[in-house]
Amino acid sequence: MKIKDTLENYTFVLPAVTIFSIFYVIPFIWVFQLGLFEWDGISFTKVFVGLQNFKEIFFQDRNWWQSMWNASYITLIALTFQNIMAFMLAWACDREIRMKNFYRVIFFIPPVLSEVVVGMAWRFIINDIDGANVINRMLTQIGLSNFTHNWLSDPNTALSTVAVIHCWKGFGWGFLIFLAGLQTIPRELYEAARVDGASAWQSFKKITIPLMIPVMVLVAILTVLGTMQVFVLIVSLVGGEFAGHTSVPVLRILASMRGSSRFGYACAQGITFGMVLIIISFIQYRFSKKGQ
Amino acid sequence: MLFKNVLLGVFFCFSVLGCSGQKCDLKPAITIWHWMTDRDATFQELAEKYETLTGVKVSFELYAPSDAYSQKIRAAAQGINLPDVFGILGEKRDFASFIKAGHILELTSYMEANNNNWKNNFFPKALAVNEFAPGNSYGINPGIFGVPIDIMTIQMVYNKKLFSQLGLNPNRPPKTIKEFLEIGAKIQAAGMQGLVSGWGEVWMIDCIANNYAFNIMGKDKVLATIKGQVPYTDPDWITVLSIFKQMKESGIFAQGLVTMINKSAEQLFANEKAVFAFNGSWCVNVYKGMNPGLEYGAMLPPQASEKYPMAIWGGAGSSFMVNARSKNKEEAVKFLVWLTGQDQQAYLAQATNNLPANKNSLSKIPDILAQFSRGMDYATHPNIWGVSEFSPVIEALDRGIQSIIIGEKTPEAVAIEVQKIKEREMAKKKAR
Repeated sequence: MKIKDTLENYTFVLPAVTIFSIFYVIPFIWVFQLGLFEWDGISFTKVFVGLQNFKEIFFQDRNWWQSMWNASYITLIALTFQNIMAFMLAWACDREIRMKNFYRVIFFIPPVLSEVVVGMAWRFIINDIDGANVINRMLTQIGLSNFTHNWLSDPNTALSTVAVIHCWKGFGWGFLIFLAGLQTIPRELYEAARVDGASAWQSFKKITIPLMIPVMVLVAILTVLGTMQVFVLIVSLVGGEFAGHTSVPVLRILASMRGSSRFGYACAQGITFGMVLIIISFIQYRFSKKGQ
Repeated sequence: MLFKNVLLGVFFCFSVLGCSGQKCDLKPAITIWHWMTDRDATFQELAEKYETLTGVKVSFELYAPSDAYSQKIRAAAQGINLPDVFGILGEKRDFASFIKAGHILELTSYMEANNNNWKNNFFPKALAVNEFAPGNSYGINPGIFGVPIDIMTIQMVYNKKLFSQLGLNPNRPPKTIKEFLEIGAKIQAAGMQGLVSGWGEVWMIDCIANNYAFNIMGKDKVLATIKGQVPYTDPDWITVLSIFKQMKESGIFAQGLVTMINKSAEQLFANEKAVFAFNGSWCVNVYKGMNPGLEYGAMLPPQASEKYPMAIWGGAGSSFMVNARSKNKEEAVKFLVWLTGQDQQAYLAQATNNLPANKNSLSKIPDILAQFSRGMDYATHPNIWGVSEFSPVIEALDRGIQSIIIGEKTPEAVAIEVQKIKEREMAKKKAR
């Protein structure tokens, strides 16, 4: 009977495990295997180089680590600015305010737009000669003409500008998940707190925040995974890596694959990048478990 | 009874369909994969014409954008399911890899048949891109492996109307870097934008840097640098890098040039917002689409030295290769012979505003295209040099030039960085 139950259970999970293996596990192993070769992506012959590609990534490829740093910077801004904004807006829309459904739709428009469209549109908004120069005009109008700037072509501001636009595009996802999370909190808890004389801030601190922690962790993991892999937006905003200032890991992988025809090295970069993301997600998960 | 009749009917239908299928299979059909969105309609027209003439069906299949096409071709090469005819986007070493893997048919015997009849139709520089010379560094047997469909040159264009507004002669573009830099001051004073180009996509930076390297130190020294015999810290290379600094300081560059994508650069020039553009001959078609009334002329990048002639990138714009494993390869070659014939090339040039690869088809092209075609006399291309620079070195040079333009690094510092990477790559190659 027990064997029958076990077999039955395995039968139920078998399709999911099969699909997961075919589309995730096996490709991951293949990509790792390719990372051990020097290969141009065309020839039928590959030269085995062992861990040489990984060694080069870790000890010689400064551009790779610069790209990791840039992606981390964008991720940090997304984790803070984007997610705080998403949470505050979700919290506002969860309350009884006028036109809340309208806001919900509006806030969800940027995430469903194509990254290329967002990039081109913002390029038009920001840029001076091939755009409307809206930001600089606004700054001039409010008397802050000293702050007008070539936002995308100044190495000091290009990455931050990209990060802010990425946040604008991405906060809708966080907003939606936070809103769904907020709606699962029983209203009775707030009513009981009010009866007990708790202020709005105390309710927020003692009820909303603790009950939202699992949702926050989920949003944080999704933000890290989504933001670290940003690249289309960068290409459409600044054309590419801009002397390394807007270089990100995916652009480096593409450069190795297409620019240098080093498929083996690109695979090694992909594996390294994947491992970094897995480790970050694992740490976040463990951290949240501890918090709970 | 009814069931029997239905069964017989179905059997009859399948038999008839089967026969018709077999009949169709008797006609050869050639499949061509390409990425040229602007030429697809004309290719389809020519394919129909060819089918009418010969009964051979030719299917042009468009896969755009070029990045996606490039990946598709590589994946098809791995799966050994390339079409009868295809193009390769990439550097000469990628081309060589396809040949080494046995994907490409050598065309030398076809080209040289009947006293070089086919070969003689082409601009030699267009053919050179598809040719491997004896002793090439890629290890490929010498021969011709591709058919140029059109040619291109990458030069500068200038807006004649804005030239007049600046008080300059619209029929006399600057010839020297000194004249060019002087215009920078006038552009600044007039509040106009100077040079636009897709320098955010870096390869165009590489192109213009090579132009000036050829002009300042000559071809031999450039090739010696690639071979590792001359360092990038050589004074001539510093002079090449310093040109970008001088151009930046003169105000000749448009704002945001270093992060500009070529599409934006084309829009700016077509909308008469920029005085100069650095672009390829394909821009004629683009500008025509954006602003048919645009008055502009083509010019070589202004010379920085009189010691060596200015060189520009040019040669085959796009080429087709025949799949060596295709059962239709003979038919495919016949079609390519026809496609590169004088009339077809003239039609392609007129319909798409691209320069024909057939030198006998130049008579019917517009004046601006003719100006670009004259640049072929100065044309060179990395794909015909026989040696190629390491990709990380090219990347370091391009990034370095971007850094010079934004005032982040000096030409000397960039030269040292590039040389360091060159030495590292050479050591790696030696170790292998």
